[in-house]
Amino acid sequence: MLVYIVRRFAGMMIVMLLVAMVVFVIARVVPGDPAAVMLGSSATPEDIAALRGRLGLDEPLLTQFLLYLGQIVRFDLGESIFLNRPVAQALAERSELTALLTMMSVGIAMLIGVPIGILSAAKRGGLIDQTAVGLAMLAASIPSFWIGLTLIKYLAVDHAWFPVAGYGPPEADLMERMRHLVLPAIALGIPNSALILRFTRTSMLDVMSNDYVRTARAKGLPPLVVVLKHALRNAMIPILTVIGLTTAVMIAGAIVTETVFGLPGVGNLIVSAVLRRDYPVIQGALLVVSAIYVLINLTVDLLYAVVDPRVRY
Amino acid sequence: MASVPAGHGSIPLPSNAKPQRSRSPAALLMRQLFRRRLVVLSFLIMAAILAVALLAPWITPFNPMKMDILGRLKPPSAAHWFGTDEYGRDVLSRVMLGARLSLLVGLLVVVVATLMGTLLGLAAGYIRPLDGVLMRLTDALMAFPDILLAIAFMAALGPSLYNVVLALGIVYTPRVARVVRAACLVVREMPFIEAATALGASTPRIVFLHILPNLISPILVQATFIFAYAILTEAALSFLGVGVPPTTPTWGNMIAGAQQYFQQADWLILFPGCAIVLTVLSLQIVGDGLRDALDPRLQKAK
Repeated sequence: MLVYIVRRFAGMMIVMLLVAMVVFVIARVVPGDPAAVMLGSSATPEDIAALRGRLGLDEPLLTQFLLYLGQIVRFDLGESIFLNRPVAQALAERSELTALLTMMSVGIAMLIGVPIGILSAAKRGGLIDQTAVGLAMLAASIPSFWIGLTLIKYLAVDHAWFPVAGYGPPEADLMERMRHLVLPAIALGIPNSALILRFTRTSMLDVMSNDYVRTARAKGLPPLVVVLKHALRNAMIPILTVIGLTTAVMIAGAIVTETVFGLPGVGNLIVSAVLRRDYPVIQGALLVVSAIYVLINLTVDLLYAVVDPRVRY
Repeated sequence: MASVPAGHGSIPLPSNAKPQRSRSPAALLMRQLFRRRLVVLSFLIMAAILAVALLAPWITPFNPMKMDILGRLKPPSAAHWFGTDEYGRDVLSRVMLGARLSLLVGLLVVVVATLMGTLLGLAAGYIRPLDGVLMRLTDALMAFPDILLAIAFMAALGPSLYNVVLALGIVYTPRVARVVRAACLVVREMPFIEAATALGASTPRIVFLHILPNLISPILVQATFIFAYAILTEAALSFLGVGVPPTTPTWGNMIAGAQQYFQQADWLILFPGCAIVLTVLSLQIVGDGLRDALDPRLQKAK
């Protein structure tokens, strides 16, 4: 087990190294001089030269990359050009909202996807099943920003049941903040529930074709016990995987949702950084989000052993 | 935004369910597809949307760019079925023109991703020393959520329609590459490849003439799903203001442009949104139908 963890961890470090390389390359494919692009057309040659020096752009590419890696290892993501603070600090300030939003969205997606997926598998081929599969496909086809706008229009503007936008005043307590996040979480949760539903269904169907499920049925256990106690436990692994994956996808989905609802989270930070060409922020955010993405996948893999004692490494 | 590779790599095995003589593979495929009514319906919807996209410049009821300040923000009516926007432009005409632009982006992304992905996948699957390097590279690219990676490329490249195509093309290349590689690894072990090698066929000849034709169906399925994702992601990018420049009326841009007005004029987001949903939904159903029809193993499982 320990060997497995170490091996997986080493594999993750390699992927992260490649991720850092991709991030580095993206920042270097900017047409023209990155320093000039960042400073805009009003910059003097002296300003550009100064920024080039500050960013280390005059060094050879390999040196630049190694310097960059050195920074990352020390959790130094550089300085934002517009916010006058370190990128890591800017990200940390915005992370609470995004974390809360992601957790609420995952909760909603799970509440929709898992029970309906189980029901769908239990009633395989029936009307409920076909409707559920159809709805899942529909949900996966709707852009989350469009759901968001529609929710704002009908639930917040027409009926004023929820706040239209924003995150409440700074002194608002957790409940108040979560109230502001209900509509965004629904907008983000619905499209992502589709994947959870489909995986839950498939995984349950796989398990329910096993002999021991037939045995459980044959010995007269109530269908509910068979489905929930015997089948679900063994169907959990793929379900866990897809929930982990969905969580990671939602962190990225939050970029769009935060823009729709005017929420000052990490996504909002990324979008404004792109519009202002604040490259250190973009690079930092890319790195952090993909690190979380990779970490979540690793955690899910390791959780397998907890859920399924048969998994040995 | 679903990011699990929707079409798993699958090699069509010779179907032994019903031996049907004197039918071409294409005819068999059509039979399988049309057996499912929903797939047929989606296929027809897709064809209709494509027709509108192709003919848009000639069949829009109004000039999609013509402004009419007196007739601005009018709700749907007999004259303007989908209402008018903040400049008095006909929303129906703009949705039709939007089909042309959104589908163009989607198709170009499919072409870019399929070409690059197929080449990389074949290289990884057939040339052993390249396999490790190329697959780690796809690992790294797939370690980013697709929308985030696309945003990063757009930040570097700057907003333009062709940069969106390039960015999304790169984002979806690894999916094609993985599917092609997996399928290639299976096909390369088949006896007829050995036979071709023994006959002295060159590597390009084996790869492109003997292996590639056997990979068409997984590639086709993957391409259909990428078409759907590309339309969704393009809409999201444009909505964020980092995609196609706002003056180009793709569906995403129409919704983005309506942000100030949709609270009073919901038709401004309703119709372009429905157009996206309808297109993406039909594509996904067609993709699923293709996968089922092309993979006999899946059929048995149903």
